Amino acid sequence: MRISKSIYLFFLPGLVLYSLFFLYPTISALFYSFTDWDGLSTAFQFVGIDNYTRAFTGDSIFQKTIGNNLKFMLTVVVFQTLVALAFALIVIKNTKTNVFLRALYFFPTILSSVSVAFIWAFIYDPSMGILNQVLELIGLDFLAQNWLGNSNIAIYSLAITQVWFHAGQMLIIFVAGLQAIPEELYEVAKIEGASKWQTFKSVTWPLLAPSATIVVAYTTIQSFKAFDLVFAMTGGGPNNSTEIIATYIYDVAFKSYQFGYASAISIIFMVIIALITYLQFKALRSDRVSY
Amino acid sequence: MLFRKFSLLIYALLILIPLVVVLLTSVKTLQETFRDPLGLPDGGFKFDNYVAIFQEQTMAGYFLNSTIVTLFSVSFTLLLAAMVAFGITRMNNWIGNVLFAVFTLGMMVPAQVIMVPLYSLMLDLGLTNSLLGLILVNISSTLPIAVFILTGFMKTLPKELFEASTIDGAGNWKMFTKVAIPLSLPSISATAIFLFVMHWNDLLYPLLFITDNAYKTLPLALLEFQGQYSTNYPMLFTGVIIASAPMVIAYVFLQRYFVAGITAGAVKG
Repeated sequence: MRISKSIYLFFLPGLVLYSLFFLYPTISALFYSFTDWDGLSTAFQFVGIDNYTRAFTGDSIFQKTIGNNLKFMLTVVVFQTLVALAFALIVIKNTKTNVFLRALYFFPTILSSVSVAFIWAFIYDPSMGILNQVLELIGLDFLAQNWLGNSNIAIYSLAITQVWFHAGQMLIIFVAGLQAIPEELYEVAKIEGASKWQTFKSVTWPLLAPSATIVVAYTTIQSFKAFDLVFAMTGGGPNNSTEIIATYIYDVAFKSYQFGYASAISIIFMVIIALITYLQFKALRSDRVSY
Repeated sequence: MLFRKFSLLIYALLILIPLVVVLLTSVKTLQETFRDPLGLPDGGFKFDNYVAIFQEQTMAGYFLNSTIVTLFSVSFTLLLAAMVAFGITRMNNWIGNVLFAVFTLGMMVPAQVIMVPLYSLMLDLGLTNSLLGLILVNISSTLPIAVFILTGFMKTLPKELFEASTIDGAGNWKMFTKVAIPLSLPSISATAIFLFVMHWNDLLYPLLFITDNAYKTLPLALLEFQGQYSTNYPMLFTGVIIASAPMVIAYVFLQRYFVAGITAGAVKG
């Protein structure tokens, strides 16, 4: 059946906006990454791959930033996935209590990062914070800390906040994945006398793999994008110990006006995200299970 | 069994206690908070912080800005994405596939990657310190995910429905408004919730493009309260409550849809 040419008009408004505010800036980021532009003046010079060389060899803060990002990511991925999976297994049945609990665990997801940042700033506050008070209450006051002020642990404090913020959402993905596993498989396992662990290992886990891949991939990307939370809680400090790639781009561009260099870091950032996304797609393909 | 129940309770408390503390702190004075951060306020709840924040800040203005930006961003993202999705579904050829790829490519690029050139573009266009500017950037940043979800849904609709309306002499626009949109409502509303939460809470774009108080949205205003009130948590939490109230109220009533909508956005994004 012929489709009238007017169908092209349906793309027009979306494509115009998307090209102007997304495609064009993406391409110009690549362009500026080869310049020494300061973001203000109209003049700039091409510096070849100097910005990239600087990022990889001459900028110790950037390298620290990558390390911070990895610490943050690994902590969040491990804890968030374990918490979400463990609790999903408990609240899998659609009873009234479970539906309520799932909604409660999910609740932080709807808050803004700034709100979550304030709540956790109060929890971590060294003098009146909830965490130190609770530790004192249960006699563990030697553990009390300046949770965001100590540059050795601040990045982990942020990671825990991120887990509190998003674990509920991952839990829902696991519940959906678990509920899609046919009941008969569990019955068969039961009849054959499989232990709880055996059932988990041979029935639940293989069939849950697609959801697990989604959770891990999403959590990984989310932890690279945790700009808002870091920005509002520590601003990258103390001593750049919580600086992640995204906040560093902001600092380089808008605090020291090195737009060219910031663009180069942006491109490196984009390549990292694209790589993770590619691996995610590949993993999802190979993990597809058939019953 | 007991261990499971105990774990569920602990997790529930980890969510609930901070929220209760936020509520309680907002009805305490700063002195009471310093003296006993977790205790009840002496002599009953005081709503002075709520009065003060509306007096000291242009709260109503921030609230209005957030509302305008969110409503326009969500509705136009949905409209434009539905049009693109309809176009791709109807064309069903290589051009459609290429356009689909071009749009969904955007899901891979985090907003932070383009913040530098986007900032100078907005400056050149005179779109900084403007709600219109925020709305336009919001739309283009969420268009990819919305196109992805809506195209996925529209492709599952039976082709015959479209063909039948062609025989009735319906043009593309009529087919879009009378067939595609009504049939896609479940997917559109799920996406709408996802977008509402995202745009209402967004910090990055206002942070980049807005410096004038008259155009600030709630998350940005809230962030700056930190500079003014420092560790005056009663004031900060009063701000948190006001900024979160619309989403929280909507969540209480539409909880199931929120969970489904936001999770779909996460899984597909």
